[in-house]
Amino acid sequence: MPSAYRSPTARPMSFVWTRRIVLTLMGLFAAVPVYVMISTSLKPLQDVTDKFRWFPGRLTLRPYVDIWHTVPLAHYFVNSTIVSAAATGLSVLIAIFAAYAVSRYRFKGKRIFTITVLSTQMFPGILFLLPLFLIFVNIGNVTGIALYGSRGGLIITYLTFSLPFSIWMLAGYMESIPRGLDEAAMVDGCGPLGALFRVVIPAAVPGIVAVAVYAFMTAWSEVLFASVMTNDVTRTLAVGLRGYSTQYDVYWNQVMAASLVVSVPVVAGFLLLQRYLVTGLTAGAVK
Amino acid sequence: MAATTSATAPSREDGSLPGSARGRKKPRRSYSVGRGAVPYLLVLPAILMELLIHLVPMVVGVVMSFKELTQFYIRNWGQAPGAGLRNYRVVVDVNGAVGSALLHSFLITCAFAVLAVGFSWLLGITGAILMQDTFRGRGFLRALFMTPYALPVYASVIIWAFMLQHDNGLVNHVLHDQLHLTSKPAFWLIGGNSFISVVVVSVWRNWPFALLVIMAGLQNIPDELYEASAIDGAGIWQQIRRITMPSLRPINRVLVLVLFLWTFNDFNVPYVLFGQSAPPAGDLISVHIYQASFHTWNFGSGSAMSVLMLLFLLVVTAAYLAVTSLSNRRSNA
Repeated sequence: MPSAYRSPTARPMSFVWTRRIVLTLMGLFAAVPVYVMISTSLKPLQDVTDKFRWFPGRLTLRPYVDIWHTVPLAHYFVNSTIVSAAATGLSVLIAIFAAYAVSRYRFKGKRIFTITVLSTQMFPGILFLLPLFLIFVNIGNVTGIALYGSRGGLIITYLTFSLPFSIWMLAGYMESIPRGLDEAAMVDGCGPLGALFRVVIPAAVPGIVAVAVYAFMTAWSEVLFASVMTNDVTRTLAVGLRGYSTQYDVYWNQVMAASLVVSVPVVAGFLLLQRYLVTGLTAGAVK
Repeated sequence: MAATTSATAPSREDGSLPGSARGRKKPRRSYSVGRGAVPYLLVLPAILMELLIHLVPMVVGVVMSFKELTQFYIRNWGQAPGAGLRNYRVVVDVNGAVGSALLHSFLITCAFAVLAVGFSWLLGITGAILMQDTFRGRGFLRALFMTPYALPVYASVIIWAFMLQHDNGLVNHVLHDQLHLTSKPAFWLIGGNSFISVVVVSVWRNWPFALLVIMAGLQNIPDELYEASAIDGAGIWQQIRRITMPSLRPINRVLVLVLFLWTFNDFNVPYVLFGQSAPPAGDLISVHIYQASFHTWNFGSGSAMSVLMLLFLLVVTAAYLAVTSLSNRRSNA
């Protein structure tokens, strides 16, 4: 970590004060909406439809009870969990194989593969939304496999959203694992898969965890495809949360309570593991 | 890597007993025969998924843009009659209703992307540089700064929609009731102000990503550089200008591009903020194409718009990479 010359004491006071003021302002920018979410979720509906007040006059936990009845939130929760968990598991598994190939093998078309995969991340979602919608509908018509409106369709769509970043980051991470380790395993009679599962994967756990968190967040937060590709049965939180606003009324306190509840899993996971993300990004950037 | 394994394998065979060598020969040979295929088998699942979800749909999208693909042919799109360039002619005709709306949305989106990327980057680099030292509360601040990025977009943008309400929102409460900056409460989600709203919300959500990437980049700058410059009597501002900024150049190059593409393509923020009908000043292109396609169920012209958008992004990306690599070379020379 930083040596003495970079310690705060070596900085002139003007810099220290600039830092305090600027970071405080940035902290407020980040924190105020979060505070509004928490405080509003604890207000009775009447206090929310009135003028905004910084401090709740009356506190209530009622919204946290009501959110489960106003819309079938538990049902959406289950859908989002199934879809996100399945997409994450598959995405991580596929990414591990691909990253292993990219980091350990020289093969024809490797450059084209990495560039193509990375560039798909940059395509506008709207570009393949319409064709994918049509393809899913027509696959359903021809084969009877219902991808449109099903969780399966959403799962395979979401897993590709996190795949490019996951491959890129895991390949960077695996580069940092000495090749001597898996070569030794192969000398001991492991095939390439044996070396991957017995040596490389255990050594890459932090990177894999970071990638899994990213994949889960991506799937949990997606709105565009969820609005088109789901129906009443398979609806996820991304679409379901709109249910708190009817044509005449918006239950803002319940909206905020529900937002808080659906955010806790991903925010907690992200904040716990952001250190790994920085490490992974650094490893990837060095290449 | 391939060379080292093939070099170790024969030597092991030479050193081992004849019997055991023969015993192992078969699996090893089949392994070396199949070895050329191993990397391809490993990347195969990834290729299949990318083909199914991205590449094939893209090709289909291009084909669709040349078809008269209206609601009658959605379930049987092979039957849709060809349209030649008609879809394209309609969407680029700036005198027609469809074309002029698209042009307006495109220009709004360009302004939005430039402003949102600029401010996100500025906040990200400021935060990263100010947090380079260790000080008390640094870990807490970092977690706080990351929170907007970690929140699911449909949850966080809905908070902003509430804060920007005309009657009961925080923004009008602060600006009008507490600071008396406006003569009457403003509308933030309709009318001209909606442009400001969508820029602010987008910056709020994206700047932590810039912060994260730049912080990762700063970790790669060797401490010795700062040490040496401090001995030479360089102050902080000089260190930032002479060491930090030049070292971050390659990272910034990629970061700005990625931020631009994400912001330009962004669907979630405007869609959650404004709901089904975006105001003209906040009519960003992804939502525009979405609504144009699903309101009228005219997928043909919707695809034509998407293809044009992709072409624009490809041209911008190519030009950006060419210009930045040119200026990189010049500054290195």
